[in-house]
Amino acid sequence: MTTVVALRQAAETEAARLPALLARADHLAATVLLGTHGRRRSGLGDDFWQYRAMRPGDSYRSIDWRRSARGDAQYVREREWQIAQSILLWLDRGASMRFSSAKTLPEKADRARLLILATAILLLRGGERVGLTGWSLPPRRGDVQILRLAEAFASDSTEDYAQPEARGMLPHARAVFVSDFLGDLTPIEAALAKAADRGVRGVLLQVLDPAEEAFPFAGRTIFDSVGRTVSHETLKATDLKDAYLRRLAERKDTLSRLCRQAGWQFNTHHTGDSAQSALLWIYRALDGSHG
Amino acid sequence: MTLFGTIGFAAPGLLLGLLALPVLWLILRAVPPAPIRRIFPGVVLLLGLKDEDQTSDRTPWWLLLLRMLAVAAVIVGLAGPILNPQPDEGATAGNNPLLVLMDASWASASDWPARTRALDGLLAEANRRERPVALVLLTEPGAPVFQSASDWAQRIPGLKPQAWEPTPAMAQRLVQALPDGGFDTFWFSDGLARPARDAVLSALREHGKVSVFESPRALYTLAPPQVKDGAVHLILHRLQPGPAADVGVTAQGTDPAGNPAALARIAASFASGATEADITLTLPSEVRARVTRFEIDGQRSAGAVALPDDSLRRREVALIAGREDREGLELLAPLHYLSKALEPSADLLDGALDTVLPANPDAVVLADVATLSPAETDALLTWVEKGGTLLRFAGPRVAASDVSRDAEDPLMPVRLRAGGRTVGGAMSWGEPKTLADFSADSPFFGLKVPADVTITAQVMAQPDPALAGRVIAQLTDGTPLVTRKRIGQGQVVLFHVTANAEWSSLPLSGLFVQMLDRLAVSASVTEMAPQDLAGTVWQAEAILDGFGRLQDAGQLAGIPGERLLSDALGPELPPGIYQEGDRSVARNVITAQTRLTPASWPADVTVTGLQRPQEQPLGGFLLALAIALLLADVVAALALSGRLRLTRAAALVLAALPLLPVPGQGHAQQGDAAAIAATDQLHLAHVLTGDKRVDDLAQAGLLGLSETLFFRTSVEPEEPIAVNLETDELAFFPMLYWPVTADQPVPSAAAYAKLNAYLRSGGMILFDTRDADIAGVSATSPNGRKLQQLAAPLDIPPLERVPEDHVMTRTFYLLQDFPGRYLGRDVWVEAAPPDAELIEGMPFRNLNDNVTPVVIGGNDWAAAWAVDGQGNPLIQIGRGFSGERQREIAYRFGVNLVMYVLTGNYKSDQVHVPALLDRLGQ
Repeated sequence: MTTVVALRQAAETEAARLPALLARADHLAATVLLGTHGRRRSGLGDDFWQYRAMRPGDSYRSIDWRRSARGDAQYVREREWQIAQSILLWLDRGASMRFSSAKTLPEKADRARLLILATAILLLRGGERVGLTGWSLPPRRGDVQILRLAEAFASDSTEDYAQPEARGMLPHARAVFVSDFLGDLTPIEAALAKAADRGVRGVLLQVLDPAEEAFPFAGRTIFDSVGRTVSHETLKATDLKDAYLRRLAERKDTLSRLCRQAGWQFNTHHTGDSAQSALLWIYRALDGSHG
Repeated sequence: MTLFGTIGFAAPGLLLGLLALPVLWLILRAVPPAPIRRIFPGVVLLLGLKDEDQTSDRTPWWLLLLRMLAVAAVIVGLAGPILNPQPDEGATAGNNPLLVLMDASWASASDWPARTRALDGLLAEANRRERPVALVLLTEPGAPVFQSASDWAQRIPGLKPQAWEPTPAMAQRLVQALPDGGFDTFWFSDGLARPARDAVLSALREHGKVSVFESPRALYTLAPPQVKDGAVHLILHRLQPGPAADVGVTAQGTDPAGNPAALARIAASFASGATEADITLTLPSEVRARVTRFEIDGQRSAGAVALPDDSLRRREVALIAGREDREGLELLAPLHYLSKALEPSADLLDGALDTVLPANPDAVVLADVATLSPAETDALLTWVEKGGTLLRFAGPRVAASDVSRDAEDPLMPVRLRAGGRTVGGAMSWGEPKTLADFSADSPFFGLKVPADVTITAQVMAQPDPALAGRVIAQLTDGTPLVTRKRIGQGQVVLFHVTANAEWSSLPLSGLFVQMLDRLAVSASVTEMAPQDLAGTVWQAEAILDGFGRLQDAGQLAGIPGERLLSDALGPELPPGIYQEGDRSVARNVITAQTRLTPASWPADVTVTGLQRPQEQPLGGFLLALAIALLLADVVAALALSGRLRLTRAAALVLAALPLLPVPGQGHAQQGDAAAIAATDQLHLAHVLTGDKRVDDLAQAGLLGLSETLFFRTSVEPEEPIAVNLETDELAFFPMLYWPVTADQPVPSAAAYAKLNAYLRSGGMILFDTRDADIAGVSATSPNGRKLQQLAAPLDIPPLERVPEDHVMTRTFYLLQDFPGRYLGRDVWVEAAPPDAELIEGMPFRNLNDNVTPVVIGGNDWAAAWAVDGQGNPLIQIGRGFSGERQREIAYRFGVNLVMYVLTGNYKSDQVHVPALLDRLGQ
């Protein structure tokens, strides 16, 4: 009985978080739509693309008679390509994301969830099909998918550093990976290679805490990972700062190089910065790469 | 106790603990600080990194030093260090019983706290040695009682120096009371030589060693003031001739309102090597009469205080004669001899009775004034009952009138028989009568009667049962010559002769002056001799304590006049002010004859000064230092281990600092910069009410009005300024907007004085009750009541509603309404003078040149004017277009008001335009 009650309670808690998350994401998406892309979508539902002269091989049915009656040539009414783009999302739900260095800062997981859900909402409003990598939630359209995604994002993983899920990638889809990318890089490399094989392009967004960027520690310290699986003791933390920062820069370089090779885009976002700037970057990166 | 120079230790053995410090150093150095655990996802990037410096985990040397110092401070503190421990010598050494003898005279008063501290140390030392102690004050000698020193120590606060010196009798009493057996004596001497000293010293030396403490401090005394040639002469003495010194002397007294005040201050200069200095103080007689004491600044001693008596006072005497209008020879004038007699010692008032009585003279002389109006009688009676002396002289008018004939007049001491009598004249029998000697109960008792005073005419008293008690001087045949009646605290005295020489030769004699003196009508300018006081009994009015403070005399027995001046001061005759009747005499510690001589001691008596350093235990300081060091160690250790970030610590320190007052924007401040800022451009100003919402709205309102003025007129005000009435200068602002809230504090009296000065010098205040004046003039709204309360102390002229032809209605715009947020008609301004009239049919009025000092209304103008930073209106006014129109009119009212304030009645001068044009020939 206790498990049922506990499950119920956890579900309630998660459900209680959803509307807020949705609302925040919605709000963020709405600002993007209004700000940069609002006009571009006016005249919604008109799927007319262009008239072109009839070519051999076109069926008669496809001739637009009304247009053709105005002249001597036959015209074919071309419609916009109706096949929606599939966008595959992966959110790092590992324990390492549940970290914030100060009370005023959100957890990395919080910010990542917010960003990826806002991206999903934007894409769904744009008529795209959005889903998760792997087999758990295939790409679908419609507002209900937002709820499903939110539900999926709300659950946390227990492992310390999550590995990207690269299975179930549809060919020529787009992908958005959001993580801190502090874990082992090999699975990421593999995932990107696989994606490149399938013609999937996308973005990697690295979400970092300002403390992870600055390493403001001193004195004798034992560093633990969030899941307590990894630890490191130092006698003088200030001495490690340079080495740490060098390694972080190397990692970013590696990620950036991998992305370039796979035709992806890479960016780092800090939880201390505005979420909107990161969302805009994602939106532009996706926008620029398709169509 | 172990001594190391000026520092001794109570437990020096503990200092061995310092040897353990090097060991502690090694231990502390070997132990690194504990690690801190941190959650950090980036730890994977750290894996495999090595610490470059393996030794940096040691505690840094400065932190070690800090801890060492803390431990050392604890060890030394517990060892009980004492600064300046008392060395052992003289009478303080040994274990004999100790007799502490204190002179405790006025001369020890000025450094009495130092003496009690020294006594405290002495008793503490005696307590450590468990010596029995007896304490005797020479000014109040008693038998020495040996008790434990701690018992005496508790009684130190009760010891007081007396205002007198030990007399030989007191010394004798002490010598007789000395117990048998050996004891050492510790004598707190006041440093003055006196005959009683040697006997006591020789008696004490028979019992044991004698040590003497004497203060090296300079002792100054002040002799009683003497009046010569209208100036006050004061003589100062000092005990030891020393280098040149300046000593301040203050004349203390009461200001005209009766409050204590320092009336004059003067410096006396002692020449190098001189022991005497004299100063001359010239004071107006009116001020001189109010002097209650002279004192030397910085000397708390009865010897540094000189009490003046009647000789300083100049009495005010009003002289009123009944025959002023009679033309006659000067020598026959009724007041001539009186003025001659009183002039040297009294201020004479001249004038009608009803004008001099409010000046509250000490005495009123009515020379041959028979009848008084009922009002004058009442006023005189009231004045006499409060202590006035009414001195009446007879004369032809009194003799001819019916005053006090059938019934006793309230202002006459006796009933008079008709006509009086004449003796020894050309038309009468007998010889002129002479005066009899004065009886013992007469105030004139003791005065010598000259034989050549003769009486040729007088008015006669009606025989009466009360008559005998009222006669204070009579002729040789027993006829009353001077009678007196007491009324309340005052008296009425009747001389049965004239005040001039017509009826007697009394006014020509010296006795006349002396009699006036005794009646306290005049005050003697010469010092009183003991024989002058014979037969009188004097009561202490106020007495001096040893510190020179005047105190209530309490129930001291009266002193016969003979002894008052000649006896030595003592418990029965403490220095102070003594009174008899209306006269007063001051007994001072120092008389004009007093000379100070320093005491001389035999060579084998140890004489030490009071200036010895006190024992000072240092343990507490060191332990406190240890705690402070350990606290610093906590902070340093936290900072070192990374648990305390410097920024956070700085933030804590900043938060702990008291919040500094951050001046609000546009708030008027003190200082030249603020004054320049307030005056280099025109600023509108509003009064701070303490209600932030109202203040902000007032600021926004004035901002809106300022911008409107800027755009529409040549008045270009800067940002409005909030004014704090208590602290800010008001003169910089041509106009103040004062929103009234029900709970704002009422300004202080100083602020009101400033406001009134502001209003008188051309400022204007716009009062706004902000309640649409719903209660009208009855002021029953809370804001209206508050306005009444606020404005009550202001200097505001009569008000009227703004008349149709007021200048304010036409200084820039033509207006008849003055709306703000509300549309009330009632706006009040200073009323026009009653003689104002319409000129030449023009609606302009020739108002007085001043701008009205106040404009009072309740339309909440600031709300209508208020704009935000972008210039958008803050508050919705009315509805739709009519609301905006109302706001526009409100702005126009504001523009008119400011124009009116700045230009005054300039627009009124329009009436002269036709005349000017005429003159120009058009």
